[in-house]
Amino acid sequence: MTLFLLKRLGHMAIVLIGVTLVVFALIQLVPGDPVRLAMGTRFDPDVYAALRAASGLDRPLVEQYFSYLGNALTGNLGVSFRSGDPVTLLLLARLPATLSLAIASLVVAGLISFPLGIHSALNRGKFSDVVVRVISQFGVSVPDFWMGIILILVFSTTLGWLPPSGYVAITENPWEWFRRVLLPAITVGTASGAIMTRYIRSSVLESLGSDHARTARSKGLPERIVMSRHILRNALVPVITVGGVQLAGLLGGVVVVEVVFAWPGLGRLVYDSVAARDYPVIQGAVLLIAVLFLFINLIVDIVYAKVDPRIALS
Amino acid sequence: MSAAQVTADTAAVTGSAPLWRRSLKALLASPVVWFCLVVLGTVLLCAVFGEQIAPQSANETDVSRAFTPPGPDAWMGTDDLGRDVFSRVVLSAAPTLQVSVTSVGIALVVGVTLGLLAGYYRGWVDVVVMRVVDVMFAFPVMLLAIAIVAVLGAGLTTAIIAIGVVYTPIFARVTRASVLSVREEPFIKAAKSLGARDSRIIFTHVLPNVSAPIIVQTSLSFAFAILSEAALSFLGLGVQPPDPSWGRMLFDAKSFLNQGWWLSVFPGAAIFITVLAFNLIGDALRDVLDPKTMTKERA
Repeated sequence: MTLFLLKRLGHMAIVLIGVTLVVFALIQLVPGDPVRLAMGTRFDPDVYAALRAASGLDRPLVEQYFSYLGNALTGNLGVSFRSGDPVTLLLLARLPATLSLAIASLVVAGLISFPLGIHSALNRGKFSDVVVRVISQFGVSVPDFWMGIILILVFSTTLGWLPPSGYVAITENPWEWFRRVLLPAITVGTASGAIMTRYIRSSVLESLGSDHARTARSKGLPERIVMSRHILRNALVPVITVGGVQLAGLLGGVVVVEVVFAWPGLGRLVYDSVAARDYPVIQGAVLLIAVLFLFINLIVDIVYAKVDPRIALS
Repeated sequence: MSAAQVTADTAAVTGSAPLWRRSLKALLASPVVWFCLVVLGTVLLCAVFGEQIAPQSANETDVSRAFTPPGPDAWMGTDDLGRDVFSRVVLSAAPTLQVSVTSVGIALVVGVTLGLLAGYYRGWVDVVVMRVVDVMFAFPVMLLAIAIVAVLGAGLTTAIIAIGVVYTPIFARVTRASVLSVREEPFIKAAKSLGARDSRIIFTHVLPNVSAPIIVQTSLSFAFAILSEAALSFLGLGVQPPDPSWGRMLFDAKSFLNQGWWLSVFPGAAIFITVLAFNLIGDALRDVLDPKTMTKERA
């Protein structure tokens, strides 16, 4: 297990360096002077000089990268071209909204996928299995932003049950947060739920036909015990990975949904920063989400290796 | 015996030609596949003959007809400027297909080439390619695409580049995984012992034998590329106004949810049904091309 951990951490360190290289390269790809472009018609020579010096763009490329890497390691992601505020503070202010939406979406995905996936596998080939497979196919294919608009159209505009947009922190007013997170969470969670349904279905199917299930039955164990202790327990182990990957994906995948629901998270910040050509904020958000993505995957791998020791041994 | 004969003999032994024909037959026997072909054929027709099919041009405005509900005069209604929604939905098929086909083409060519080289040569080529792939996988697809478009500037070309770049790693990974098993096959060793060049072995012997998962991935990637293009256009980063696009139509419709449900329903339905068709075809292809299924068929 220790060797597995060390290997996994080493691999992650290499990928992290690659991630910083890609994020650093983003600003270098801007055609022209990024600071000048960001200032647009609000050009002021003094502000321009200050921002350019603060961004380090006047230094040699290699020096810029190592400076960027060093600063990033200490939590300094530069300053916003638009407001002059530290990027790290801007990101931290938006992170709770995105995290709360991602977790709520994962709960929705779990509520959809576990019953549907298990039911579908246990009734393979029957009408209800076909219905579940059709639903999951629809869930994967529906554009999330369209689904968001349709949900607003039905539940806000037509029925008036839920607010169409806006955000209230869960610490401020949990009920109001719930009312406002419901539609975006259903929007984001449906696609993830559809993907997870497919994984759970195939995992349960595989477990149903496995040797250990046959052995458990041949011992004369009641079907209920075989199902709960031997089939579902084993079948749901790989779902840890899928759930983790989905959570990591949700963090970065909510950009468009945050725009639809005016949800003030990282996605909305990226969208606003793109319009304002605020490159340090875009870089910072991309880096933060990629790092979170890697850490979630690392935790998932460790949990998975703990649950299934064969992974660490292999 | 030439390398070509080795391939022909291998094909004869494994029965790959009849298998492909059987796969195609199995594919066309499914009503779902026919439904998908009809949908995709219609989208293709709209993309090629959109100007002829659409009753009006995409930007023909008539404010007196604004927010006309769907009816005989305007099948899908009109928008806030009195533009015909049906015409705009039809004319949006061309840029959508242009972006998805070109971007998936880029991802396919670059990703498959990298996967073939990494899987065939192993060693440092494999290490470098796979580490780059790992790094690319660390970024959520949509976020990276948005970041690329943000730095290069919004537009059709940059959307193509962005979507092409973000879907390249998956092709590299899928191809490499298949190449790793194929490179140990006796017919590859036979071709090597006959002195065939590496490029010939890779493109004539390895590539055809790893094509099944690549075909499946291509179909699924078309679905994702259409969703990505629509999302980028929705955010104002893809197709630029006044050119119509399904994503941009949805963004505009968001401001008029009270005035006309049709403004958001029809463009979204167009994206949904096209993506659904590509996903279903991808699944059907996987079913008929999956090695497990093929083994069962052979047995």
